[in-house]
Amino acid sequence: MTTPPLLDIKNLTVEFATRRGTVQAVKAIDVSVAKGETVAIVGESGSGKSVTSYAVVRILDRAGKVAEGSISFSGVDLVAASEAQMRDIRGREISMIFQNPRAALNPIRKVGKQIEDVLLEHVQATRATARDKAIEALAKVRIARPEERYDAYPFELSGGMCQRVVIALALACQPQLLIADEPTTGLDVTTQKAVMDLIVELTRERGMSTILITHDLGLAAAYCDKVVVMEKGNVVETARAGEIFRNPQHPYTRKLMQATPRIGMSLRDLLPDAQKGPAAQLAAPKPAPAPDAAPLMRVENLVKEYPRPASGSFLSKLMGKTEEPKAPFRAVDGISFSVAKGETLGLVGESGCGKSTTSMMITRLIDKTSGSILFDGTDIGAIPAKQFAASAHRRRIQMVFQDPTDRLNPRFTAERAIADPILRMGGISGRDALRARCEDLARLVGLPVELIDRFPHQLSGGQKARVGIARAIALEPDLVILDEPTAALDVSVQAVVLNLLQELKERLGMSYLFVSHDLNVVRLLCDRVIVMKTGAIVEQGTSEEVLGDPKADYTKELLTAIPHPPV
Amino acid sequence: MNDMTKVDPTAAPALRFEAPPSTSLLAHARHIVSENPVTGLAFGLFALILLAAIFGPSLVPFDPLASNTNSALQAPSARHWFGTDQLGRDIFSRVIVATRLDFAIAVCSVALVFAMGGLAGVMAGFYGGWVDKVVGRLADTIMAFPLFVLAMGIVAALGNSVTNIVIATAIINFPLYARVARAEANVRREAGFVQAARLSGNSDWRLLLTQIVPNIMPIMAVQMSLTMGYAILNAAGLSFIGLGVRPPTPEWGIMVAEGASFIVSGEWWIAFFPGLALMTAVFCFNLLGDGVRDLVDPQRRN
Repeated sequence: MTTPPLLDIKNLTVEFATRRGTVQAVKAIDVSVAKGETVAIVGESGSGKSVTSYAVVRILDRAGKVAEGSISFSGVDLVAASEAQMRDIRGREISMIFQNPRAALNPIRKVGKQIEDVLLEHVQATRATARDKAIEALAKVRIARPEERYDAYPFELSGGMCQRVVIALALACQPQLLIADEPTTGLDVTTQKAVMDLIVELTRERGMSTILITHDLGLAAAYCDKVVVMEKGNVVETARAGEIFRNPQHPYTRKLMQATPRIGMSLRDLLPDAQKGPAAQLAAPKPAPAPDAAPLMRVENLVKEYPRPASGSFLSKLMGKTEEPKAPFRAVDGISFSVAKGETLGLVGESGCGKSTTSMMITRLIDKTSGSILFDGTDIGAIPAKQFAASAHRRRIQMVFQDPTDRLNPRFTAERAIADPILRMGGISGRDALRARCEDLARLVGLPVELIDRFPHQLSGGQKARVGIARAIALEPDLVILDEPTAALDVSVQAVVLNLLQELKERLGMSYLFVSHDLNVVRLLCDRVIVMKTGAIVEQGTSEEVLGDPKADYTKELLTAIPHPPV
Repeated sequence: MNDMTKVDPTAAPALRFEAPPSTSLLAHARHIVSENPVTGLAFGLFALILLAAIFGPSLVPFDPLASNTNSALQAPSARHWFGTDQLGRDIFSRVIVATRLDFAIAVCSVALVFAMGGLAGVMAGFYGGWVDKVVGRLADTIMAFPLFVLAMGIVAALGNSVTNIVIATAIINFPLYARVARAEANVRREAGFVQAARLSGNSDWRLLLTQIVPNIMPIMAVQMSLTMGYAILNAAGLSFIGLGVRPPTPEWGIMVAEGASFIVSGEWWIAFFPGLALMTAVFCFNLLGDGVRDLVDPQRRN
């Protein structure tokens, strides 16, 4: 086999000019992609995996430049190619799929028209045939009822649907190489499976090569032929997908693999050996909560309805035609469950299943429509959300949010953020006492104390997550709602944060309501699990029961959609 | 509580981090100026205007009000740098002395409109509902008039005084502030950190003042800088047509108005230099906007 690879990156170094001198984002890496091959570039944030792909299509931002090395694509040197040549290559020879499909689509143009635009631009269709070809393209990416969807705007489609449209756009011109940059991050597992299956199938069918950029080793293993592992701008390992999981060579690869939650692991197993420490007392089975003990929280028949916007055109309204008001949309449809003291309850489901609405109602950020939320015997659901800030129960129910960056005020230092609930409700007075308390909390969550004077943008993702946790536990609440607390974090950071959460729970005797779509994480952390679909509970029981031997079809579907490394 | 203070090594595998650069305001300002020299020019001009406003009256070579018919209508010379006007007053002195008045009118009106429009806009964006409707319609009503004509009307109705120029200038800028503040507050109303602060037990008012207002300050600062120029122009414009400040008080607008009739006969300097001062000030405040944004945005400080 002496066929030259389709894409050959040799000794590539990419530099960024920053305020503090030049930073090498990618350091002398070699990657090659053969024709028809699917290659995964795996690494955590800051590993340079995206920068590498940007260098290939030459869309680095102004501060970045290729300092050294060559990128050759079917004989063309992409580093030296003129901008006109690059324009020709982008889209027709190499196309890209980005992480956020909604951002990649023009929000005010019908998706069918957007596909037509590309087809016309690259002379794949004429005006007369464009519409049919666009519908055909939509059908090819398995969009149901393509004739109708042709007229849809991006906001009318779900995230998975938008990503399919983006794939249709990317493949419209039959490129030879597809670069998919985290194409399924932010999508549900079942959607992820559908999208990935689609990408792999379509590219194989056309003999295309694919570069999949991802942080998820499981995904890389399940769909790619070759895996390239990057760490801090270096390629640390390149191997066949099966090989790398059976026999990882580099310590970093091993660390990544270890941190990826899998079946049959405990939380402790996620941590590198050096950080494990004495695990004996934590690994001991926890005493099950006494069955007759009153639960900390009992939710009964909880319902949240949203009114549907009245349809009907402006003209018909003007004519005085009134139509029947539609039945309101039930985001949460009469669910009941309870949380025992010291228990971690997992709330699982895909986006739109009502799990976030449920957690928002329980934290009393929004009002319920009907039903009751009994917290320690009091129906806190009866207190309007607007007045709950002044309630004595406010300090007992806290929340750790999904995106640590979004959840911190950019103008507050970490200390000020942690101190906020204490200032409002903690009853600690005096600067020194407050400072001491914040430092205690920082130590407790493993945030170096010298960092608490920093602003959020000066902290890493893991550090911000710790600030968020410290703020939530500052008042020693009884119930903490964890809304996908690790979804935005790298796996190794996730491993540490999950262990931290588990330990804090045991030490402070809190209960957790863990909202997540990642079943592997839920399996590790939760005692009991509730599976939700379209506002209703489809299955609940202990973690082993629900995730080990699911009864409901939906749970089975969720479980099979998780990509598993072939170990 | 004591057990909480213990550090558990297993819970805290130190995440590596780099020491932050020192981010003093001065060092940051230096960086911004070095990154964009135009910003430096704007800050320099601003310092010059500020100096003239504060120390001008005690530094000028001539009494700005003293007329001397013997030296009327003299062209710029070593003695009278900007020449003299029809009453023999030194234009250089008058231009410098006028800085304080023009600057004060602009600052006061901008401060007033920032307080009124900013607060109304933030509340409209945060609460929505009827507050939003009232503020929105009020802004629309003001926008419905040609703004300068509206300012003329307000000054004419309230009476011809400097205070009323300030009020009129503030009123015509109200929609700008209210709309910007409304849009920004509305976006941030549902932001994560606002929800988080709500969970910490903050009342609505506190959310507004500690979470939302500080975060829309960068954009408001830019707005303020831009409207400063506009306010100066507006005050001068009103004086130009004879409203507000009255002669013989030195004020750029009046001076331009007085000099206008002499341009035809060749005495260009009477109107030119006050006009130049006016243009420089407006130019400076417009350029300043970008610099101010860079300076107050915490995201840029790393």
